[in-house]
Amino acid sequence: MIFSVEMIYILMGIIVLGCSIYILTDRTNSRRLTTGIFYLIYSITLMFGNLIPPFYIGLMVIVMVLIIAGGGLRKSDHIEESIEVKEQRRQRLGGRLFIPAILIPVLTLIGSKLLGGVTIGGRALLDPSNVTMVALGLACIIAIVTAMAMTRGTPGAAVKESRRLLESIGWAVLLPQLLATLGTIYTNAGVGKVVSNGVTAIIPEGSLFLIVVIFCLGMALFTMIMGNAFAAFPVMAAGIGIPFLITQFDANPNHIAAISMFAGYCGTLMTPMAANFNIVPAALLDLKDKNHVIKVQVPTALFVLVFNIILMYVLVSLKV
Amino acid sequence: MVLIGVVLIMAGFLFRINSAVVVTISALVTGMIAGIPIIEIITQFGEAFTTNRYMSILIVTLPVIGLLEKNGLQQQASRIVSKIKAITVGRVLTMYLLIREVGAALGLNSLGGHPQTVRPLIAPMAEGAAETKYGKLPEKEQQEIRAHAAAADNIGLFFGEDIFVAVGAILLMNGFFEQNDIPADPIAMALWGIPTAIFAFIVHAIRLRLFDKKLNKRLGSSGK
Repeated sequence: MIFSVEMIYILMGIIVLGCSIYILTDRTNSRRLTTGIFYLIYSITLMFGNLIPPFYIGLMVIVMVLIIAGGGLRKSDHIEESIEVKEQRRQRLGGRLFIPAILIPVLTLIGSKLLGGVTIGGRALLDPSNVTMVALGLACIIAIVTAMAMTRGTPGAAVKESRRLLESIGWAVLLPQLLATLGTIYTNAGVGKVVSNGVTAIIPEGSLFLIVVIFCLGMALFTMIMGNAFAAFPVMAAGIGIPFLITQFDANPNHIAAISMFAGYCGTLMTPMAANFNIVPAALLDLKDKNHVIKVQVPTALFVLVFNIILMYVLVSLKV
Repeated sequence: MVLIGVVLIMAGFLFRINSAVVVTISALVTGMIAGIPIIEIITQFGEAFTTNRYMSILIVTLPVIGLLEKNGLQQQASRIVSKIKAITVGRVLTMYLLIREVGAALGLNSLGGHPQTVRPLIAPMAEGAAETKYGKLPEKEQQEIRAHAAAADNIGLFFGEDIFVAVGAILLMNGFFEQNDIPADPIAMALWGIPTAIFAFIVHAIRLRLFDKKLNKRLGSSGK
């Protein structure tokens, strides 16, 4: 292929590497050494993840987590530019400022839909293993160049601004990757099997309504613990969905699937484990309370969860 | 016994220990209890970390957003909204919720997102709407508006995306049923998501209306 996912990871690594160099030389940060090393290690795992043996990547991740645990990751003091300065710059570009931001989703969409299957000289243009990701990466490159040209910004300025944002996200930037990793270890250790055995033991036989309630609540709760509805579905479907709902009550698997995944998503809305959705945005938006987004989402999640339980019960009992 | 790892995660939350640390400890302990040799656990750990690098894709968007913010993106967004009369926080966010949910249902997941859209666009627009109406915002209300902006993005995305057939969740469930010799149809799965998607939109739109009323009550409806 011409553009591979690895190239996008290398680009991500270069951005983080640039940030780490700025941090290492920043005297305003009292922990510039450990903070800089944290981002340096992270950039290496992004760039060379496929070349370095996994054991060493594992060790590097553990070192990063140790830096977090030891309080070695500290934000630098960024001098926020005054609103007046930004206002002056704003007047120069005005509405055109949105162009690079809008380019990202638009180009990603065009790229993944139109260029997805394109081959040039027998080679796929975009990595077929993850077309969307490559398209997003390329869209960002075009948007970065556009933004630099419009704002007369240098690559150095782009990295400096990235560093400001990256530091405001802080350790939360690692969490999504760590959680997915946890899921893999759980699977290898057989956690899913144990849970489904336990659920099977306590399930009240014969009561369709209770089974539906436990199934949907189980999806939501398991998702809250794991931070990921994808991990919850195989466990709950194997433990309850197939043996009870489908085999015993003759439920339609398509209904079960659609509704149970949404029940899981209700859990996603209520857990800090879904860091990408709930914790990272709180950091990005400078919220004082890291759980503020979750608190806002809980009422909607609970209403929708109840709706899912009722809908599933009605559909199964009516045998639609 | 392997459930100790899950218990550790919950304990970590209760005692407010850094989540990155809790997750790592839970993974290592779970692996050890399951009898996997430590070198093998660390290897699996590194391997999964590498496979899941795509989870951190937001890093590529940072230079663009950073540069635009430096040049007054947020100021521009609030300016546009402040020009529109009679627009409220609730209406801005309901509009975004609708666009996000319909977009996701059509497979346009990249239409929104926290670093790409909420931070540079939606949150400043909502804040701008409130500022036009009530003048300078107290910190409490400003924080609440921002949290609502992030929530609208999540709720729109989650309850929209499963209506699109080629999305990971649908493919995962279809694959799971196939493995268990149960006939399933991804298109039907996607369509049966629609009732919940509509319900979620209605509930959240009502809550956003109530949020507008709450702001009115706290900050005065007359404003400027």
